[in-house]
Amino acid sequence: MIYNLYIFDKYGTLMYYGEWNRLKQSGITKDEEAKLMYGMLFSLKSFVNKISPIDPKEGFLFYKTNKYALHYVEVSSGLKFVLNTDTTATGIKDFLLQLYSKIWVEYVVRNPLWTIGTPATSDLFKTKLDEFVRASPLFGPKII
Amino acid sequence: MSRQNTRLDTKKVNSELLTLTYGALVSQMLRDFENVEDVNKQLERIGYNMGMRLIEDFLSRTSSPRCLDMRETADKIQLAFRMYLNVQPTISNWAAAGDEFSLVFDNNPLTEFVELPQDYQQLRYSAIICGCIRGALEMVQLEVQCRFTQDQLKGDASTEIRVKFIRRLEDAVPAGED
Repeated sequence: MIYNLYIFDKYGTLMYYGEWNRLKQSGITKDEEAKLMYGMLFSLKSFVNKISPIDPKEGFLFYKTNKYALHYVEVSSGLKFVLNTDTTATGIKDFLLQLYSKIWVEYVVRNPLWTIGTPATSDLFKTKLDEFVRASPLFGPKII
Repeated sequence: MSRQNTRLDTKKVNSELLTLTYGALVSQMLRDFENVEDVNKQLERIGYNMGMRLIEDFLSRTSSPRCLDMRETADKIQLAFRMYLNVQPTISNWAAAGDEFSLVFDNNPLTEFVELPQDYQQLRYSAIICGCIRGALEMVQLEVQCRFTQDQLKGDASTEIRVKFIRRLEDAVPAGED
C-alpha cells in the first residue's frame, strides 16, 4: 500500500507532496513536516556514508519500522523521491524511477511554464501522477 | 537492459527541421540586437536554460550515476550528442591534468545550410551548444567552462568545443533552525 510521496530538489525545496492512504497526520504544517523530513534524510544520508565500512556506492536506500517503510531514490541531478509504503512492498526503486521518467520529466521538466527550482503545481502533472500511482500494483491495500 | 534500449528510441524528427528552426532563431536575434556579442550571450543563455532541463531527460533515459572523473563525463557528453543531435564527436586533446578536453565534430547539424556573412565573423553561431553543456553539467554539480576553439563556419577543418573543469559544486545543506 502506498501512503505518501515527497519530491525534493537538490536544495531541499519540497517540489511536490502527494498523499493517498495516510491514516495519521503529523500535527505540524506541511512546510514544517517537509523541512523535518529533508533534514532527517540529509543527516541519514551523510551518516550512512560516513559509517559505511565499505564503499557505500548508492548509500541510503530505505528504512523500515514495524508499520511502514520509507524508500529513498536520488537521481544524479539531486532530485529526491521519498515514498512511504507498507512494510511488504517491493520493487519501489523501479517504481520511483519510472515515475521520474514518465511523469516528472514528461509533465514537469517539459512544461515551459514551470520554473526550475519551484514546486510543481500543474494540474496535468497532478492528475497524471495520481493515475500513475493508482495504476500501480503497489497501490492497493494489503492486509497485514 | 534490453528494455532500456527500446526506451531510448523516442520520437524522431527530421534534423532539417531543427536546423532551419535554429537558423530562424539566430537570424531573428541578429535583427533584434544591434550587437553580435549580445547575440552570442543570449544564445549561450538560452542553451544554459535548455541544458538545465535537458539533463533530467538524459538522466531519466540513461539512469547514469554521478561521474567520478572527467573522462566519464566526456563519454556521457558524447552519448548525449548521439542521442540528441545524432552526431558522434571525437574526444581528444586531453590536458595533462585530465581536467580539460575537446569535442571535435566533423559536421555540425546546426550549421548545415549556413554560411556566415563577412560582417558577422564575430558571431558564435552554435553558442547554444556551449550553454547547453554548461547548464546540464551544473545540474549534476560540475562547474565547467565551455567555448569554441575551431569552427567550420570560419574556415577551420572541423568544429572543436573545449570543455574545462572548474570545480565540483557542493551539495546543499538544509537551512538550520532559527
